[in-house]
Amino acid sequence: MSSKKILLDHGSGGVASRNLIEEIFLPRLDNPILAQFEDSAVLQSGAARLAFTTDGYVVDPLFFPGGDIGKLAVHGTINDLAMQGAHPIGLSLALIIEEGFAMADLERIATSIGQASRESGVPVVTGDTKVVPRGKADKIFITTSGVGTVPDGLVLGSGMAREGDAVLLSGTIGDHGVTIMAARAGLALQSSIQSDSAPLHRLVAAMLQQAPGAVRCLRDPTRGGVATVLSEIAIKSNVRIEINEKNLPIRPGVDTACEMLGLDPLHLANEGKCVVIADPAHAEALLAAMRATREGRDAVMLGHVTGAGAKSMGSHAKVVMNTAIGGARIINPLSGEPLPRIC
Amino acid sequence: MLSGQIADGFRDRELAGRLSERIRETVPGPLRIMEVCGTHTMAIFRHGIRSLLPDEVELISGPGCPVCVTSGGDIDQIIDLASTPGVILATFGDLVRVPGSNGKNLAEARAEGAQVEIVYSPADALKIAESTDRPVIFPAIGFETTIPVIAATVLEARQKKLGNLMLLVSHKVVPPALDALLGDPELAIDGLLCPGHVSAIIGEQAYQPITEQFHIPCVIAGFEPIDILSAVYRIVSQAREGRAEVENTYNRVVTKNGNARARAMIDLVFAPCDADWRGLGTIPGSGLALREEFKEHDARKYFDLKPVSVPEPRGCRCGEILTGKVRPPQCPLFNTRCTPTSPVGPCMVSSEGTCAAYSKYGSV
Repeated sequence: MSSKKILLDHGSGGVASRNLIEEIFLPRLDNPILAQFEDSAVLQSGAARLAFTTDGYVVDPLFFPGGDIGKLAVHGTINDLAMQGAHPIGLSLALIIEEGFAMADLERIATSIGQASRESGVPVVTGDTKVVPRGKADKIFITTSGVGTVPDGLVLGSGMAREGDAVLLSGTIGDHGVTIMAARAGLALQSSIQSDSAPLHRLVAAMLQQAPGAVRCLRDPTRGGVATVLSEIAIKSNVRIEINEKNLPIRPGVDTACEMLGLDPLHLANEGKCVVIADPAHAEALLAAMRATREGRDAVMLGHVTGAGAKSMGSHAKVVMNTAIGGARIINPLSGEPLPRIC
Repeated sequence: MLSGQIADGFRDRELAGRLSERIRETVPGPLRIMEVCGTHTMAIFRHGIRSLLPDEVELISGPGCPVCVTSGGDIDQIIDLASTPGVILATFGDLVRVPGSNGKNLAEARAEGAQVEIVYSPADALKIAESTDRPVIFPAIGFETTIPVIAATVLEARQKKLGNLMLLVSHKVVPPALDALLGDPELAIDGLLCPGHVSAIIGEQAYQPITEQFHIPCVIAGFEPIDILSAVYRIVSQAREGRAEVENTYNRVVTKNGNARARAMIDLVFAPCDADWRGLGTIPGSGLALREEFKEHDARKYFDLKPVSVPEPRGCRCGEILTGKVRPPQCPLFNTRCTPTSPVGPCMVSSEGTCAAYSKYGSV
């Protein structure tokens, strides 16, 4: 890395973020659980298996159509637990607040956290508050951690995709990413476009109940989007994944905003969606189970794992999209912060 | 902007298949078609259009990405100005990762304390200028499509007496560059896929001299897959029949004479000048500079900036890539030292750059 300073790209959730973790943290914190790079860690304690995760939330603006930083902080951590198939049992909440922050906004955020927590059935059981002098933080930063119990015998992972597996997606993509970018750019979107922030643990439980053993991998495509998640699965499983553009659920307003800003919806953040790799024999049943939940009503079959890669790890691992007009193109992970283009 | 339903018609799988078949039947032999516009390059990759064309048809990406053709000297000036204490640089996002000659880019300048604001239009830069007394510098990059809006912003700044809004102008116009490009004996091009947005301003008429002088089919296309495939089919048909004419498959937007009002706006604010194109060198009359009466908004005058000439990064073949002489995989830096995450050359930086497109959407 040529620069000796942290850049915004390092926080984008794409390749630059990954490089940062691999170069700075992995060698220094070296342990096999961290090295798995999943959305949450699974810890064994006696007979019990616990999923554990933590996530920091910084978002500008704090309040946006469909949610706010508080709701995100609850749902995001629940979802990281759910991606290991865990049943979330409790959250922690840590806030770093800038001096001068409006008390009314803090109340609004706290109310939202309380509501999201109650609706999800996952309590906030411990917390911490710090205040820093004006200018030393941007309004408010929130960190939540979460613990959940993992069902006996359930092992999910990005390295478990096999040839023939079905690739499912729980709903429309890009809603959150476009909502935030449009809010920052001062663009007015159709009123139907809003953040998709939602907890996924019930959707996951429905799938696991429907077809236990059929689910191989769950990932929530937050920063970096569906493209980054699929690329990571392709590399870790050393497989080729083919998805079909015509099956990609994208709301018309999201599509239009992406065209205007030169953004790829596959790279945009989602806060209430999951990508599922599953045994194809159970794909239809899993889709039905997803569609029966509120969070998964727009679930689709996105494509398939079409081939195993070559022996050398990752060399033939790729994600290909069959385009709507009958062509084909490669899907790559997000590299850095998505930037709007000129013309 | 097309609404969803209209766009769907231009992404029809069956129609695309039929066009692909017609191209295959019609192509008389190997044909090299240059798409001049970066947005075309992106659309071609995004929709997998290459995979629908026969082997005989080779699409070559020309110098149509405004960031990519901005000279190294101009990029250095932008980064230097951003790093000047007190200055606010308001820029389109594409420029943020373009490395200067010392390897530093605006993202790094920002990490070192420079105030770099990403804006979505020059009007946003104007708003920033209204809110501060500090100099707000807007790097004015882009072709005929972008220039009228920027000209309008300069007029508004003058009307509002916002002397602190200044442009670092690197604008370029397309026709002189096409002339220079096609006059290059090393370049073997059999047809031009002409830009949609730029043509909306300059009109069909702008390509007439090219067809006459170089005997090359020029077909104007929109940015949907069916637009592009139709245009390729027209070029292939012209080649088969030995014709070289201007055709317009984007007549829902582009007219014969273009947008005279927009051109008048450009003329009011800018005067033609010579310009340095990355990869093409200096092309007479291909650039624009602010007219004397707008000099208060000219960052080069205010900061007394002299033109600088900067060599290309070592090993970088962006120049030859921009002129279609080599393809990105032939560059030794491609996807090795030069990647979308840490680009060396400008063609990798912009989302519309040829190398970025090859790297992102490469072979399936």
